Amino acid sequence: MKKNLSYMDSVHRYGKIWGISIFVLIFLTPFVVSIIFSCLPDFKALGQGLLATLPMYWAVGIVEVFTYVPMLGAGGTYLSFVTGNISNLKLPCAVDAMERANVKASSEEGEVISTISIAVSSIVTTLVILLGVILIIPLTPILESPVLDPAFNMILPALFGGLAVVFISKNAKLSVLPIILMLVLFIFVPALNASTVGIMVPVGVLFTVAVARIMYKKGML
Amino acid sequence: MEFSVNNPILFIIFGVVILAVVAQSVFFLVRAIKRAKELGIENSTVKKTISSAAVFTIAPAVAVLVGVVALSKSLGIALPWFRLSIIGSITYETVAASNALNAFGIGAETTITDPSVYVTVLWVMTLGIAASLVLAPLVTKKIQNGMMKMGMKDKKWGEIFNNAMFLGMISAFLGYVFCDVTYLKDGYLQGLTPVCVMAVSAVVMAILGLLSKKCNIKWLTDYALPISLIVGMASAILFSNIFGGYVIPEITA
Repeated sequence: MKKNLSYMDSVHRYGKIWGISIFVLIFLTPFVVSIIFSCLPDFKALGQGLLATLPMYWAVGIVEVFTYVPMLGAGGTYLSFVTGNISNLKLPCAVDAMERANVKASSEEGEVISTISIAVSSIVTTLVILLGVILIIPLTPILESPVLDPAFNMILPALFGGLAVVFISKNAKLSVLPIILMLVLFIFVPALNASTVGIMVPVGVLFTVAVARIMYKKGML
Repeated sequence: MEFSVNNPILFIIFGVVILAVVAQSVFFLVRAIKRAKELGIENSTVKKTISSAAVFTIAPAVAVLVGVVALSKSLGIALPWFRLSIIGSITYETVAASNALNAFGIGAETTITDPSVYVTVLWVMTLGIAASLVLAPLVTKKIQNGMMKMGMKDKKWGEIFNNAMFLGMISAFLGYVFCDVTYLKDGYLQGLTPVCVMAVSAVVMAILGLLSKKCNIKWLTDYALPISLIVGMASAILFSNIFGGYVIPEITA
């Protein structure tokens, strides 16, 4: 038990140290660019750009932290929020890994498996993009070909179709109400689309957990 | 120094940050593998987790690379390489960059020549995503400890909670796949493309699951998700031709 606590505590300690250090590095980049090319940002354009970006993405960012932390585990979270591409890469990768290893996100085994899968995924992403950047001239016509365009843009449906089968087949009873709710919402509320799905994830999670709690209390699960 | 979007010094600056992030991943990876051994997780499970995570990542990472190419026309290669290798998602970085470029009245196809425009775009991208970068290290411990306590208090509920959470997340994305079905009544068939892609990927996943059980092919389960992902993506080319596109321009959240 003592050992158990100490691993988790060390994950949090190192997570904070790495997280804050990298945050500082990321924030230094605009300053360094300014110094090297002796230029200042255009403050009017900066204001306009921020006004268009901040409200939406700060809201999504805050919601995402609270929604994804319980799913990614501690180590997975510290890595994912720095490495990005969570819903289209890191999260499905971790969910699939934990499912196959048969471990829970809230256990230490789940923590370890999730961290391994997300760390590997981050490293491979960096390598793929590095390779792509080196070979960008020969690769550009392929990557931009209109024939392949739908394939690259249909990643989310192709990902969640597979994941859904795994989870729905395991929790058939519990999955009925949440799926009906989300289908009705997305089909009949026009404001719900690609850019607002991030906001709907916590809605889906809270609703499903509430349904699960009621069914559990009634002995239906 | 004279500015150009592909000045080698930019690759050095951004490369340093990317290297730091890779170092963080390696650091956590090594510690997690060590801990897995102490916890008695089988070596084969760890190996499978590593290899299937690596295989799974390739297709989505290539899709991210497409985003790098698209952004490189205005921003050069260095900045999109940095922002998309780490930190943001394709949607976020593309929107943040175009919001900043719009403020200057510059289109996505024009290469930036003014360093002050460049640094403004970099600031918008940096500040736009700061919220989660700051928040994640601050609140993770509290949330995670709460989760672990709940799992220990009532084991069965802990397990159900775990499944309910993932199911809720998946149901939101399933709903999203159907979001353009509404426009069928106006004669737009494009909304069917994501629905059919999802269906194909689901069917492939189900078949692979059955095959691995019936014929006892264990390795199939390890690569079932990447296989269903690739087949689903390939089918998108077909469905997009049948239905005249896929409507939704930005899909990765």
